[in-house]
Amino acid sequence: MADDGAGNRPVQAKDQTALMVQGLTLRYNDVLALDGASAQFPIGSMTAIIGPNGAGKSTFLKSVLGLVAAEGTVLAFDGPVAQAMARIAYVPQRAAVDWSFPVRVIDVVLMGCYRKTGLLGRIDRRMTAHAMAALARVGMQDFARRQIGALSGGQQQRVFLARALAQGADLFLLDEPFAGVDAATEAAIISVLKSLRNDGATIVAVHHDLTTVAAYFDRVLLMNRRTVAEGPVAATFTRAALAQAYGPALMLDPTGKLGEEPSERPAA
Amino acid sequence: MDEFLLFSLPPMMIASLAAIACVLPGNFLLLSRRAMLGDAMSHVVLPGIVAAFLLTGSGSGVVMGAGALVAAGLSALLIEWVTRRAQLEPGAAMAVVFTTMFALGVVLLETTGTSGVHLDVEHALYGNLESLIWLGAPPPELLRLSLIAAVLAFALRLVWRPLVLATFDPVFAQTQGIPVAWLRAGLTAATALAAVAAFQAVGSILTIAMLICPAASARLLTRTLPAQLAASLGFAVASALCGYILAGYAPLWVGLPFTLSASGMIATVSGLMLAGSALIASHRARAAL
Repeated sequence: MADDGAGNRPVQAKDQTALMVQGLTLRYNDVLALDGASAQFPIGSMTAIIGPNGAGKSTFLKSVLGLVAAEGTVLAFDGPVAQAMARIAYVPQRAAVDWSFPVRVIDVVLMGCYRKTGLLGRIDRRMTAHAMAALARVGMQDFARRQIGALSGGQQQRVFLARALAQGADLFLLDEPFAGVDAATEAAIISVLKSLRNDGATIVAVHHDLTTVAAYFDRVLLMNRRTVAEGPVAATFTRAALAQAYGPALMLDPTGKLGEEPSERPAA
Repeated sequence: MDEFLLFSLPPMMIASLAAIACVLPGNFLLLSRRAMLGDAMSHVVLPGIVAAFLLTGSGSGVVMGAGALVAAGLSALLIEWVTRRAQLEPGAAMAVVFTTMFALGVVLLETTGTSGVHLDVEHALYGNLESLIWLGAPPPELLRLSLIAAVLAFALRLVWRPLVLATFDPVFAQTQGIPVAWLRAGLTAATALAAVAAFQAVGSILTIAMLICPAASARLLTRTLPAQLAASLGFAVASALCGYILAGYAPLWVGLPFTLSASGMIATVSGLMLAGSALIASHRARAAL
């Protein structure tokens, strides 16, 4: 079945699901970071994970990847996620690494080829060409030999995306890919993500700008420690569901720029 | 000339090898913001050595080295435990553990009269570089440090790519199936090995200096990791050689009838190199604006 572009592909047979999450629960010192969050991500869909600060969006991605030990079931391509890691690309938050680290742009992208070169494998010219192609796809080919600290925030984010592209994955999990980037980078990233989606890849991104959800994504997962709503943007991204996730404060601010604090149930 | 070969060359080679052994893990400690671990490892060596001597009564380098390695391993576990249980930042946990263990070592040393076997606090701090001369055979430290420097260099070559990735972006590295925790433990073990070997030859001050100063200097002046590693090795050997010569001859040049501690002078030179690198780097940064 072809994607109709509006994200209205129904979730049907099990084999069309890239990622299935059931009852994901994580406790940090008696504080529930995730409280039974569940979601399905159909193959070829592009989903925004939205919710207030502290809703566990980043933790959700990390738990899915097994980077933190949460309870619950996670199936990727109908198998345990640990067996599908080669098909999954993770783009951490840009702030998660030290950008003054002495590596060049091309070295970072080559890190995405790690599984292809094997445990201690050497980089050959074919691998370098592969990494250069990934850089070209995000418009950063002229920066390959620059040290990463010399890049702007938007350029750094594009390098992170190029590293994910070099992995050749089928499922992309991105944590705030548009945080603190310039407009040109945002446009470049969304165009790459959409072309990946059109080629059959599945995109899941933690997103904070409610004004662009409908333009960028075809599905949405609204969460606040647990799933508030999930589904196609048209049916799910509603005022009522947003109020439920963010609290009534959001109602005062139709752009969604305010109201980031969860008003209900302060963290214990 | 013969005098130089017998009395000066061995200590200079030992200082250089100790510096090389420390610089290899030191570069990665610095990049993973665990520089304090070098400090910790070189301090916990003391209680390990004293305890090994007390338990076995043997003053052999191997026995004491083993004791020091055990102490280093224990303190690494203790640091992890304190970090988790007390929810301290790692630097604070390291500082708590190594000062306590070093103090324990000093107390053990004073109360048990272990100082008879060439062990005293001053020795622990400054080492005994000047006494490591060629007496019919090369000093055992020379062979031991050569071996350990070679082992560390080989190990680093082997795990270079995964180690760089795990140091730069440990979370992403985990998604690539890289055993990040094992590499981290391996770096701790390499640091312990280098610190123990270097401590016995050159004392804790020089060990700490060599674990961090050359790498920190090189980091300021280079932009890729291979260049940083090469530069740090160069700085390490240069400060070992310059420091040793300055300690032995500089007072004579100005007419003073004594020599200075070689370890102390080498550490000082490496500190001055770091200061020089910082000046050059800030000058460069201003020029680039």
